[in-house]
Amino acid sequence: MKARHKRFLLIGICMALLAGATALVLFAFNDNLMLFHTPSEVAAGKVPQGRAFKLGGMVLKGSFSREADGITTHFTLTDTAQNVPVLFRGALPDLFKEGKGAVAEGSLDAQGVFVATTILAKHDENYMPPPARDAIDKAHATERTLK
Amino acid sequence: MTMNLFRFSSPQTFYPLAGRLVPVFAVLAALSCIFGLYLGFFVAPSDAVQGEVYRIIFIHVPAAWMSMFIYVVMAFWSAIGLGLGTRLSFYMTRALAPTGALFCFIALWTGALWGRPTWGTYWVWDARLTSQLLLQFLYFGFIALTSAIEDPRRADKAGAIITLVGVINVPVIYFSVKWWNTLHQGASVSLTKAPSMATTMLLGMLVMAFATWFYSLAMSLYRVRGIILERERHTDWARQLISKGEPK
Repeated sequence: MKARHKRFLLIGICMALLAGATALVLFAFNDNLMLFHTPSEVAAGKVPQGRAFKLGGMVLKGSFSREADGITTHFTLTDTAQNVPVLFRGALPDLFKEGKGAVAEGSLDAQGVFVATTILAKHDENYMPPPARDAIDKAHATERTLK
Repeated sequence: MTMNLFRFSSPQTFYPLAGRLVPVFAVLAALSCIFGLYLGFFVAPSDAVQGEVYRIIFIHVPAAWMSMFIYVVMAFWSAIGLGLGTRLSFYMTRALAPTGALFCFIALWTGALWGRPTWGTYWVWDARLTSQLLLQFLYFGFIALTSAIEDPRRADKAGAIITLVGVINVPVIYFSVKWWNTLHQGASVSLTKAPSMATTMLLGMLVMAFATWFYSLAMSLYRVRGIILERERHTDWARQLISKGEPK
């Protein structure tokens, strides 16, 4: 084996070991690397008790309501398996919408309602012009009426 | 006639070649940038959900791609340099770093400006944003480390090692949106699935991606010429070029 082959082999082995070590660390810290907890984790009691955490999910269609004061809002975050009711007092981001993803920061109260201090809207990876969006919405509507 | 590409691994033969390539790539970069921005800001339609803010992708996405890609190229040259002991590989690594750091900064900065109106925050410590910030620190770390070490050959080696260690972060950035839940959305364009965006939007983004490629090539070749002259100044050919005043 030539000297340069030995050096490349050494680099290769070091890189493989380093990648393995990184994978183990990331795997060990998997739960801490998640940005938010899901409603299922709330239902299973796997969320921090008595302190703030982030709850992420989809805003359940038809769950959004606004109180008479104009800034207090109620809605439900869902991961389709479990639901968590959320109460939030403040301005919602522009992209916040029923049927879209959102991340709420806050804590659970005694009644199991998630009292949020901040709401972030989660955007999806789809980009399309408004006419295309209209066409898709219409197609979905037709599909629903046909069912 | 067979061309031996390895002869360009000599700084003396690479120097004039780089000099001829710089203006070519610079012109291509300028043209594709103008065309890409025109497509992005005048031709592409607005987005159904985000309206006009989405147009940040024409700068943000190509910059983010390039910031990751340049780091991988730096790691490639570092491995070649450590394995074969070729000086030019280390020069290339050092010539690429400032451009990579610049694109990384652009990606973080435009992302923050986009995040405020869409997500409702400039910054969130999710896996994607945090690993991209780490990439920024790796670039700064590389530049700081290689400039801090007096002996250039030791600086080359130390820089190559830090680059190879840091390259582990690149797949983490790329797959972070798949492995963990994040606020940052998944990839709109990838090799494994059809792009989830309208054609003119995609076209504008790809043209801008080419612009970043050409810009990076032009800038790194321009920079590597300076590094070659500085590092080879003890040689006759370099000394001749320098004494002429205007290196060709």
